Amino acid sequence: MRGMSSRAFALAAAAAILVTACSTTGTPSGGGGTGADQGKPFVFASTQFSPVTEQENMRKKILAAYQGASVDFVTDQEPVILNRISAEAKAGGEGQIGLAGIENGQFAALVAAGAFDDITKIADKHKDKKIPQDMLTLGKFGGSAQIYIPWMQATYFMVANKQALQYLPSGADVNALTYTQLIAWAKNITDKTGQKKFGFPLGTDGLIHRLIQGYFYPSYTGGLVTTYKSGDAATMWNDLKELWKYSNPQSTTYAKLQEPLQSGDIWVGIDHVARMIDVLKAKPDDFVAVPAPAGAKGRYYMSVVIGLGIPKASPNKAGAEALIDHLLKPETQIITLRENSFFPVVDVKMPSDLNKGLQLEADAVAKQANSKDAKVVPLPVGLGAKGGEFNKAITDTFVRILVKNESVQTVLDEQAAIIQKIMTDGNIKCWGPDGASSGPCQVK
Amino acid sequence: MRARTEQFLPFALLLPSIGFLGLLIVIPMVQALLLAVMAEGGGFSLENFQRMFADVNFSDAWRNTLLLLILIVPLQIVLALCMALLINSRFRGHGFFLYVYAIPLAISDLAAGILWLAVFTERGYLNSTLQNAGVISQPILFLSFDNLGGILTAIVIAESWRATAIVLIILIAGLQLIPRDFFEAADLFGANRLRRTVHVVLPLLRPSLQSALIIRTIFAFQTFAVVFALAGRNMPVLAGEAYTWYATNRNEHVAAAYAVLLLGLTIVATVVYLRVLGLREAEVQR
Repeated sequence: MRGMSSRAFALAAAAAILVTACSTTGTPSGGGGTGADQGKPFVFASTQFSPVTEQENMRKKILAAYQGASVDFVTDQEPVILNRISAEAKAGGEGQIGLAGIENGQFAALVAAGAFDDITKIADKHKDKKIPQDMLTLGKFGGSAQIYIPWMQATYFMVANKQALQYLPSGADVNALTYTQLIAWAKNITDKTGQKKFGFPLGTDGLIHRLIQGYFYPSYTGGLVTTYKSGDAATMWNDLKELWKYSNPQSTTYAKLQEPLQSGDIWVGIDHVARMIDVLKAKPDDFVAVPAPAGAKGRYYMSVVIGLGIPKASPNKAGAEALIDHLLKPETQIITLRENSFFPVVDVKMPSDLNKGLQLEADAVAKQANSKDAKVVPLPVGLGAKGGEFNKAITDTFVRILVKNESVQTVLDEQAAIIQKIMTDGNIKCWGPDGASSGPCQVK
Repeated sequence: MRARTEQFLPFALLLPSIGFLGLLIVIPMVQALLLAVMAEGGGFSLENFQRMFADVNFSDAWRNTLLLLILIVPLQIVLALCMALLINSRFRGHGFFLYVYAIPLAISDLAAGILWLAVFTERGYLNSTLQNAGVISQPILFLSFDNLGGILTAIVIAESWRATAIVLIILIAGLQLIPRDFFEAADLFGANRLRRTVHVVLPLLRPSLQSALIIRTIFAFQTFAVVFALAGRNMPVLAGEAYTWYATNRNEHVAAAYAVLLLGLTIVATVVYLRVLGLREAEVQR
């Protein structure tokens, strides 16, 4: 009880600090704020860059060359930022958030409320930057208005210690593995070294649910929600059970795989680019970064697109546009990559002096996207506040089948019912690999 | 006039703490209770409690919380009592030990958890030391998901290290409240140190032991940062589930249901301690 109330208090305190911070003009984060004609100061609110070092990089490096109205970069967890944007939209008039930098799926939650301006004109202005068309289309949410313009992207890929390469099954190409070959590889390592060297990011802050949503399920079944308890899904879980046998049993404590990779606890694992960069920067010569494996339905990978949108209640729309212009400049995109490991969405020439670790990542991301069987999946779309429970249902399935060794079909039937309830209660339509649906997405 | 001032003065002095408790404890508590019994769409319902009981992690969390409580609390009370008696014997340099024992108090529980993770993990300090000393050839996986004993031991050690000091401080304060005359009287009757401890110190220390037990048990129900760091997903506990439902699963209703359950458990434990260890009126008068 005391834990909860003090947490509620901490939240209230954080909110109070946030409000205070934003009600004052604050210190200009960028180099701007020189003249009165640049308009009102505004808040740039984002769900990204929450680690303190990334925030500092944002304020001191990414915004360093920005010359415009004074900007406060504010970052927080999804519900805090989304609630604030929708509250300002509901209140009408002028808010404080001038620009929002959030994920594709997070925009989806606010589109229905009409919280954002149509920024087609700004997108047109940046045509020469060659932002991929499918990303721009994602930003329209099936309508004609451009809700957001892509800002940066991230994905997940596989990293392997070079010591592990000698145990690859014969005929396997590390840059084009299948899940069957991955399992054979992990088994071979265990057989030859006696150690379990594959790792899952299964710690309490790990992103295992994203691997299941964007990699395992679509690669094996071609879907996620619709195929949740299908025969293909059962095959997938049985394969994962096999892989679990050769996985480090401390995986349940791994939040970011870069740490066990660097210590040598594991040799192979799949995780988010930002959760691999430390080990690749620290030991670029000891590791290879490669595309995620492929299943029967293709080499599915998840693309995390972060977009920039101007809220209807923005206090300084011209200022927000100037900030978008700055963030989409090729040189700013390169700084964003160098400092915070998010990849450019605009056409840039990679600098030759890129850090070796970053270069490994950039190559792996390109190899993954350009694999001939590659298929891209977005982060779950339209879940809104239900996102947390959806992720839990997915992770619980993994824990019950692999860690607790429960029967595959029983678990799939029970967890599918939970997922169906989330879809029905939230009236959530199918997305990505499941195709489209008119009503709530249905588990078949 | 003066009599009236004196009549109201105590209440005036109590006002700040009543305001503080009301604002920071009572109001959030009522809010949590309401959250727990409200359905997501509004209206009263027991759905949140049903979801809590039906959750995959509930029975494990329940078992682990009680298990940790049973293992940690007695161990800490005994340890803290020994340490307090040692310091209270006022040997040379006892102040130094007090400071050393109290150091973990200044460390946040998550930091303590991460610190012990660095000790127990596969390539942690413990395994490296054992390997360098030639005791083992391969690292031991203390924190493996199928090694419940290893995980429990690690958590009990980390928690004892972290939170014994708070019990120690309470007991030392209690020990120092015992008038010296009692010890002199005991010496006069020829009691040795053991008899003096059993027959004089422990009975007089009962109020402090009671407070220490209550505080420590409440903390034990709230334990989760150390468990999160050391066991990750392996060992759900009730307070951790409340946190996870709130922060990760984003359902404050089920989180509040866990919080209400913890509140109930805490109240039951406190009442039991007050009853069992409570000072009876006759003893107070004596």
